Amino acid sequence: MVSTFQNYTRYLVIILCALFLAACETVPKESATSTTSTSTAAVEIVDGVYVGSDTVEMLAVDVPDRIFFAYDSYSLTKAAQNTLEKQAKWLKANGSATIAIEGHADERGTREYNLALGDRRANAAKDYLMTQGISSSRVTTISFGKERPVNSGSNKKAWAQNRRSVTVRTN
Amino acid sequence: MRKLLLYLVPLILFTNISYALIEIDITEGNREPLPLAISEFFHDNSPEIIDKKITENIRTVISDDLERSGLFSSVDNKAFIQNNRAMHLKPRFADWRLIKAQGLLTGELAIEEDRLRVEFRLWDTFAEKEIEGLVLITTIDNWRRISHMIADKIYERLTGEEGYFDTRIVYVAEEGPKNKRIKKLAIMDQDGANHKFLTSGKELVLTPRFNPVRQEITYLSYFKNLPRVYLLNIQTGIQEVVGDFPGMTFAPRFSPDGEKIIMSLAREGNSDLYVMDLTTRVVERLTDSPAIDTSPSYSPDGKRITFNSDRGGSQQIYVMDSNGRNQKRISKQGGNYATPVWSPRGDLIAFTKFYQGQYFIGVMRTDGSGERLLTENWYQEAPSWSSNGRVLIFYRETKANDAGDGHSSSIWSIDLTGFNERKIITPVDASDPSWSKLIQ
Repeated sequence: MVSTFQNYTRYLVIILCALFLAACETVPKESATSTTSTSTAAVEIVDGVYVGSDTVEMLAVDVPDRIFFAYDSYSLTKAAQNTLEKQAKWLKANGSATIAIEGHADERGTREYNLALGDRRANAAKDYLMTQGISSSRVTTISFGKERPVNSGSNKKAWAQNRRSVTVRTN
Repeated sequence: MRKLLLYLVPLILFTNISYALIEIDITEGNREPLPLAISEFFHDNSPEIIDKKITENIRTVISDDLERSGLFSSVDNKAFIQNNRAMHLKPRFADWRLIKAQGLLTGELAIEEDRLRVEFRLWDTFAEKEIEGLVLITTIDNWRRISHMIADKIYERLTGEEGYFDTRIVYVAEEGPKNKRIKKLAIMDQDGANHKFLTSGKELVLTPRFNPVRQEITYLSYFKNLPRVYLLNIQTGIQEVVGDFPGMTFAPRFSPDGEKIIMSLAREGNSDLYVMDLTTRVVERLTDSPAIDTSPSYSPDGKRITFNSDRGGSQQIYVMDSNGRNQKRISKQGGNYATPVWSPRGDLIAFTKFYQGQYFIGVMRTDGSGERLLTENWYQEAPSWSSNGRVLIFYRETKANDAGDGHSSSIWSIDLTGFNERKIITPVDASDPSWSKLIQ
């Protein structure tokens, strides 16, 4: 267990580095879209679910690492199912890869309820991967509740980006 | 930790408690605070008392405790008019009435065989009577606890309710940006003194709760990235995981006898309530719904449990027997409800309510009737009762701006009447407070 955890943290470091690089890359893109800021922001959330690409990392080419949820919901949107199908394909192509799915909630809910909600979201993603033929032995889940927001703001976009489950490779 | 040597000796000679004019009805709320003169205690000029400023310190602690309760105001020290040795024997009541003090506290300190002897008397300046008197003997360094105990005695004598000043608060100390928040368990006296961190911050820790009978805390730790309920012995610092569960365990609380822990277990996306006997380690499942069941709280007699569930489609408050039978929803005024906490008096349940974008701390009777909202804010949750069931503490967060700055978290207290809202000062940001019973 200890070694898995070390691997996990090492991988996290890699993710963070990737995230940092990616952030630098997207700077021009963001400033380009900021001219139409309000209308763009409105389009980024559909029925309470974030549909934009900010914060999304790639597990491989065209394999997004995360899916988004509506407020207090753990149902998978069509887009979420599509992302998970890509993840399943990638897991099949990389038969030795194991993953952890992290479930997260936004800050507009009590801490303990959000821990349970994060667990629901991570398991909703895991269950869907299993329907796609991925063995449950390759997938662990962990809920962080509202403890690890990706966007620290207190606004609708931040909350939508934080209502997510993120797939992280653990080996 | 602090070894307490303590003897309570009633001052029988002086207890002349026939009647008193001064009494406070604390169910009333927003009343004028009762003016008390709290004198500096006369002392025997022992170097320890002088060096450690024990006289001044005792006065300050007592007076701060009583003032923070919102029920008392302390008459300005400079307005005092009588020599403190003489007044401890027989105050000139008319003089004290003149400066509008309705009650007067006097006392005497001495060092005897390396121990501190504290004698105090509470006088009713209108009835011209001593209404409370006690001798306390303790180690010299224990002057602070003695002060809280004296404040408790005064509160008890004047309100008819048990005091709550000789208590502690365990909470989560928070530092750093929101997305990389560092959280540590911390403990302090109810007034913020004797602050101490209990964990290093290496692991994420959440939701500590006191054992009502032992020097022990239960909490959630992400040790090795496996969120599980833990026990921490406050005296030894030893931590141990509670049970061997196949998924995340969270939202732990002790039973009133301190012998069991009730908590949520999340398995495959479903959270249910379980109880574990800490001696036999036997685990019993209490709820079995496909919904989220969490934030449990025992009634003080241990016979019932209130908890939070979204089984009806939204977060509401339920009660059940302690064996899991007779589960029944009690919240019904509209909006979402969370974190129910049974009052130590047994008559009320405190809760968090989320309604039309705002968060409230409120109370209702145990059948859900008589809902009263005490405070409204952008975000606040997790009430914890004072040992006498008269005050609630909870935590409150401020909104961050779009850049993610400006967020803060702090502990607040409010009276059951909805008045006397106060921020509790902590060295860093604070959340998840839990208030202890009176220290034994």
